[in-house]
Amino acid sequence: MTVTPDPQAPNQQTAEANLDPVSRFNRFDNPWLNPRLLWGSGILLVIILGGIIGRMLWDTDLVFTGSTPLKLPPLGFENLRRQEGIADYPLGTDGAGRDMLAMLIIGTPNTLMIGAIASVIGMSLGIFLGFTAGFVGGRVDDTIRVLSDVMITIPPLLILVVFQASFGDVSLVMMAFLIAGFMWQSPTRLIRAQVLSMKRSGYVQMAQLSGASTFHIMFREMLPNLIPYLFGSFIANVTTAIVTAVGLEVLGLGPQRIPTLGRVIYDAINSGALIQNLWWWWGLPTALLATMFIALLLINLGLDEVSNPRLRKI
Amino acid sequence: MFGIPRSYLINRTITFVLTVFIAATLIWLIPRFSPVDPAEIMLSRMAAGGGAVADSEAILAQLRADFGLNDPLIVQYLKYMGNLLTFNLGISTASFPTPVSVLIAQALPWTLGLMILSVVITFVIGNALGAFMVWERTPKIWKVVIPTFMIFTSIPPILSGLLLMYIFSITLRWLPLTGSYGLTVEPGWDWAFISSVIEHGTLPALSIIVVTFGFWTLGMRGLMISVQGEDYVNLAKAKGLKPRYVLYKYMVRNAILPQITAFALKIGLLVSGQILVERIFGYNGMGKLLYDAILDQDFAVIQGVSYIIILMTALSVFLVDLIYPLIDPRIRLSEEAAT
Repeated sequence: MTVTPDPQAPNQQTAEANLDPVSRFNRFDNPWLNPRLLWGSGILLVIILGGIIGRMLWDTDLVFTGSTPLKLPPLGFENLRRQEGIADYPLGTDGAGRDMLAMLIIGTPNTLMIGAIASVIGMSLGIFLGFTAGFVGGRVDDTIRVLSDVMITIPPLLILVVFQASFGDVSLVMMAFLIAGFMWQSPTRLIRAQVLSMKRSGYVQMAQLSGASTFHIMFREMLPNLIPYLFGSFIANVTTAIVTAVGLEVLGLGPQRIPTLGRVIYDAINSGALIQNLWWWWGLPTALLATMFIALLLINLGLDEVSNPRLRKI
Repeated sequence: MFGIPRSYLINRTITFVLTVFIAATLIWLIPRFSPVDPAEIMLSRMAAGGGAVADSEAILAQLRADFGLNDPLIVQYLKYMGNLLTFNLGISTASFPTPVSVLIAQALPWTLGLMILSVVITFVIGNALGAFMVWERTPKIWKVVIPTFMIFTSIPPILSGLLLMYIFSITLRWLPLTGSYGLTVEPGWDWAFISSVIEHGTLPALSIIVVTFGFWTLGMRGLMISVQGEDYVNLAKAKGLKPRYVLYKYMVRNAILPQITAFALKIGLLVSGQILVERIFGYNGMGKLLYDAILDQDFAVIQGVSYIIILMTALSVFLVDLIYPLIDPRIRLSEEAAT
């Protein structure tokens, strides 16, 4: 009796190879190459580079003093007034004759910096508190949980309004620190919840049984798994921090002498730029802020899809 | 009470009281470290108003005594907390001698009206769109149209407000630029006034709606995706139930629950966003009151407005927490099992 080779066998093998998760992990299947994530990061990178390179290429000294051509519209929106100005002011000037391009170049990094500093501080605090609550448990957990529940309800803008109104002028870094005081709650909750569910998972119990230290388990075993969540939480925090900062600035409560995008909008509203039809004065910083928020949103959506594979199906 | 377990109720009540307590303490504490002296502000205001300030030292001392600044800090704090309980929020220095509570009582209905309107519309539209984005029977075209709106999602309402103002008030001149009702209209329950209120309220409400509904859409989309693969949904489909019935009774009903919690937490942000919108639209609500108080350094009003808004936020979170077990029996059961 001769054994006839099964014609299906080789096919079966290739089918199995296709299902093998390792071979599927090729360059184009990498979840981190998410289109939303890439688009968002790309836009944000252009904005950040604009702030860095712009400062080198463009004379930004006139930001603080202003010059002669007032209320000059941007290039391409020529009218009779345009003839007196040359291409020196491609984005026009505001009511005080300040160069709009220079203000955006200086203001954008400041705005982004507030968001980044506040988030980094809030995030670090959140990681620490979240791990502590999840690991230690008991009274410590109760206290941290209740405190973060309570603080999450209080609108940061209002406490900051009271603060700024009491103290007057603040520096950018000071403002970032203040906002950071309201940025630790959601990472704390997130980490705590994740730690509690991970504690019960097999690989953590294995590590515990093998005698690994708590520190090792926390930072070597658990933290890497939390990275997509942490990135997502970080980006969401940057957005919230910038929204809060812009809110304060538009109320006239930000740093007084440093241009930020919110401050430019505040000046524009206060000088009646809307009614005078000086749209570029408030419109350009608004558009830039909106682009920034869209980029951050895209990054956040991308990270959501990286950390939650179910979302990728749609 | 209503089948809500007692431990849950006690827990939520403690959180509510703690929230208001901590926020009120912060509001009281911060100005104590400030270099600004409210008595001096009051004195300079009197001088600017042409009042007789010959013996300024004596007046300062009198004002400090009136404000209770000479008491020990702990007494000042206890008095302040006691006053908050009776809504005695002090007296405005800018519009002296009107009590802060009167100013707030005039502004609050405008803010609440605008908020309830925009919040309800946003929540309904946002969640409906989110559910339809995932449902397999939704026409393809919607799955393209809805995400384009998502682009506005994370923009703060103040920016959309500026843009809408420019388009609809300045360029097209369809809607009024500022105010909460026309200057020529007498407040009263007649059509002239009501239509004026609607006209003036449209843009502020719209500027909140266009940028916040996307948040709910995105959240709902994520939740619907996780519900989609569940066994009970597949079973319902296999039973041959009408697709629309499965969508509403099985998928949306389960997916919407976390959205309700998120809703309560989002209220604080909505309130802050609305304050800024009110400020740029010159709308007569709490936002404008707060902004004017900042300009005038009117601390009693700043503190009063902040306190009321924090109270409102905490109260709405508390109420949603209380309603939640009624819509989701699992909370009730798990809490009962825990006790």
